[in-house]
Amino acid sequence: MRDVSIIGIGQTEVGEHWGKSLRHLAGDAVLAAMRDAGIERADALYVGNMLSGELNGQEHLGALIADFVGLRGVEAVKIEAACGSGAAAVRMGYLAVASGLLDVVIVVGVEKMTDQKGAVTTAGLAMAADAEYEVVNGISFVSLNALLMQRYMHEYGVQHEDFAGFPINAHKNAATNPYAMFRKPISLETFKRARMVAAPINLMDSSPVADGAAAVVLAPSEVARRFQPASVRIIGSANATDSLAVHDRRDPLFLSAAALSAQKAYRQAGIGPNDVDFFELHDAFSITAALSLEAAGFAERGRGVYLAKDGEIALDGRIPICTFGGLKARGHPVGATGVYQIVEAVLQLRHLAGPNQVKNARIGMTQNIGGSGATVITHILAAEG
Amino acid sequence: MAIPQNWRLQHQRYRLTGEVCHTCGAKLFPPRDVCPECAKPAYEPFQFAGKGEVYSFTVLSDAPAGYEAYEPYPVALVKLQEGPLVTAQLTDVDPQDVRIGMPVEMVTRKLTEDGDDGLIVYGYKFRPVLKAAANG
Repeated sequence: MRDVSIIGIGQTEVGEHWGKSLRHLAGDAVLAAMRDAGIERADALYVGNMLSGELNGQEHLGALIADFVGLRGVEAVKIEAACGSGAAAVRMGYLAVASGLLDVVIVVGVEKMTDQKGAVTTAGLAMAADAEYEVVNGISFVSLNALLMQRYMHEYGVQHEDFAGFPINAHKNAATNPYAMFRKPISLETFKRARMVAAPINLMDSSPVADGAAAVVLAPSEVARRFQPASVRIIGSANATDSLAVHDRRDPLFLSAAALSAQKAYRQAGIGPNDVDFFELHDAFSITAALSLEAAGFAERGRGVYLAKDGEIALDGRIPICTFGGLKARGHPVGATGVYQIVEAVLQLRHLAGPNQVKNARIGMTQNIGGSGATVITHILAAEG
Repeated sequence: MAIPQNWRLQHQRYRLTGEVCHTCGAKLFPPRDVCPECAKPAYEPFQFAGKGEVYSFTVLSDAPAGYEAYEPYPVALVKLQEGPLVTAQLTDVDPQDVRIGMPVEMVTRKLTEDGDDGLIVYGYKFRPVLKAAANG
């Protein structure tokens, strides 16, 4: 196995891109990443995407995007793991380069969600859940997370307001991210007064539907050091799974796939949670942020929510999260999100995060969750030199 | 879901038929043929009684396509007496009155319909357990 580094990054602004198609968004991100890396060719292109068939009437994205960006001829394929598609694609790129079979791999995550009306997108997102035993009962993806949040509040005696710190932190960090969808802070009042979506989850607990694309270029670390001084090494990479349906889990309030993938990544990197300088976690809903912090070893069970309350997740806190706004405020173009997290971690480790910079950041962790916790991909990245 | 997909699930939808593990005795719903507790075969059908209690719940006000006509409606994780959790709508209840721990029982109701000419999908929902009439 060879060490693998990230030698280029690219991203589009997250938002409602009425004038751009899926292929244009993906193309913008891929070309930006290739320019950043200083490359003109690659051995493969892996595309992370969840819903192109359902929302854009388009599958076969590997060949489509490879051709569109001038890479006709390369190996190219789409990788799907619901909202975890982006990081799942990065992991496939990592495996390909680490194995020695491929040298330069581009990974792009892309999602174009605003082509359809809301109820169609909502039904599409629910495909991350069990069609026969969850979805047919009229559940939405939000409502599955609401079931978890309601139970969490019941078991641990937590109030809804206790979660406010997650969206407030996310919006604060997004305010200075030029690629973020919501570039303005929110107040506690805004959180408390937000419209209910699926009780107890309100609009401010929820990440938005959005369009966007992000890309990274991977290469063997030995080569990377030679021509990209700002390269970042992948020191841990793991993908773990759980049951697709929430009702099939022995303990719905413990994200066992998140715990398993974090442990595997920690072991590979030879570190523990205390060595992590910042954590780009999957705050699709504020309850997901709390459960992720617990599963990844940053808080005891039932205590994840208090990290937000006590300010420990801020840029200067004990464990900064969502440093560019997270899913909540940067935006959550589902299949692209996992790659955005990695692009943002690279900016932190290159010390190019501007006002969002986590001081002396050397090691960053990203965690991308597919479905309500069924596929979880964790990456640990380290600054070179 | 397409007609064959719905038809295949008739025993689960109408009767809550699951399976029981030959080795450890775990009761499984939905049926899955391999026991998640001990990873041994579990082919034998098992009939659930349809009684349980609310483990968690929510109320949908942004329904997915096909369910908009019913919103707002309550959805729950129901803990069956025999062990498993099942995801289902609650019915015959004011969403305001739903509580964690509330005893519920299975009933058969319409889940959705596929337009004016399409399939009407029936399945399980759960309602609060009816108390015996005082002067029964």
